[in-house]
Amino acid sequence: MKNEWPLWEVFIRGQHGLAHRHFGSLHAPDAEMAIKNARDVYTRRNEGVSIWVVKASDIAASSPGDKEPLFEPSNSKIYRHPTFYDIPDEVGHM
Amino acid sequence: MYAQMVKSTGERVKALDEMGPEERAFQERVDADIKIEPKDWMPEGYRKTLVRQIGQHAHSEIVGQLPEGNWITRAPTLDRKAILIAKVQDEAGHGLYLYCAAETLGVSRDEMTEELLSGKAKYSSIFNYPTLTWADIGAIGWLVDGAAIMNQVPLQRCSYGPYSRAMIRICKEESFHQRQGYDIMMRLCEGTAEQKEMAQDALNRFWQPALMMFGPSDKDSVHSAQSMAWKIKQNSNDELRQKFVDQTAPQAEYLGLNVPDPDLKWNEEKQGYDFSEPDWNEFYEVLKGNGPCNKERMEARQKAWNEGAWFRDGLMANAKKKKARRMAAE
Ligand SMILES: [Fe+2]
Ligand SMILES: [Fe+2]
Ligand SMILES: [Fe+2]
Repeated sequence: MKNEWPLWEVFIRGQHGLAHRHFGSLHAPDAEMAIKNARDVYTRRNEGVSIWVVKASDIAASSPGDKEPLFEPSNSKIYRHPTFYDIPDEVGHM
Repeated sequence: MYAQMVKSTGERVKALDEMGPEERAFQERVDADIKIEPKDWMPEGYRKTLVRQIGQHAHSEIVGQLPEGNWITRAPTLDRKAILIAKVQDEAGHGLYLYCAAETLGVSRDEMTEELLSGKAKYSSIFNYPTLTWADIGAIGWLVDGAAIMNQVPLQRCSYGPYSRAMIRICKEESFHQRQGYDIMMRLCEGTAEQKEMAQDALNRFWQPALMMFGPSDKDSVHSAQSMAWKIKQNSNDELRQKFVDQTAPQAEYLGLNVPDPDLKWNEEKQGYDFSEPDWNEFYEVLKGNGPCNKERMEARQKAWNEGAWFRDGLMANAKKKKARRMAAE
């Protein structure tokens, strides 16, 4: 039982022109089979129009421990949001 | 419940001030309904309990294909056959979603398969009962998938992200399973006296095993408190069983079938049905491996795994060869 098929992460683009979204993962010997399996496992009800598969071992991810240094700096930058600015009603929609 | 007997740590639930800083931060996130993700710190007991629970759940989906698969070649019409194939294929999908969720906790697929095939890992007792007639396929969709839904809906809010997401996908697909089963029962009950009798017989045989799906009675269920504190279990076994009976008894009445329990009676005061507990001795016997079909089910899984080995290996060898050729060409 040592010959386990590698793990692939599956990304699917839905019907409405949105970006590919992570759907789940599966095992397959190669990319071609991974796409075929992804069709059966993740699109049995018309969930998608396009499939990407990526070997799980090829994905680099940020580590949970880096959450604060990575994401906290953006918390204080509220001026990046449109609601930071008060525009008078007379100006009209902006 | 598909995971009926999940051993937890066996220790009592700790209070926040008895925990170290990491564990306290973890528990506070769980309490605040923030999902735990694969790389986050988690107590070893949480990880182990989840591996067992998700593993049992996945194995149940996979073994659960066998009793229904038994009727694919004998479905009464082409429509029914197509529907049953789609249903059984969904169950394969559910197994795969769940295996992948478990794998994020550091256990490998082959390890899980090995545990199932060696008998070390459990699967739901319900799948050790035979499907003797076509009506059993109706009863399974209606009662077994019905009980599974009862259990799986709250699990969508489970604290572990990958498990919760798998449950959301699964719940979207389960409703079809239950409805196609009830539809089979309706057709049979509208049919000849013999067909209706067949439906009644299926209900008679599946009623108690369906009640057992929720696991032992709360008074004998030793592993619940910790799992509830970790939010990998949301309701007690008896709560879910009660809900199931309350939902199902009127559906049986609509079909004109009798629930095989002389003590089943509406209780105005508690706004629910009174009913008799299933035979727990039978339940423990089936879990131990002594149910009517345990041996057959395990043999079928072992056969599929062993006889598929050359094919899995062949595809892997082919993938390696193609990759080597591609690298040489570059
Ligand atoms: Fe399922
Ligand atoms: Fe199921
Ligand atoms: Fe199902």
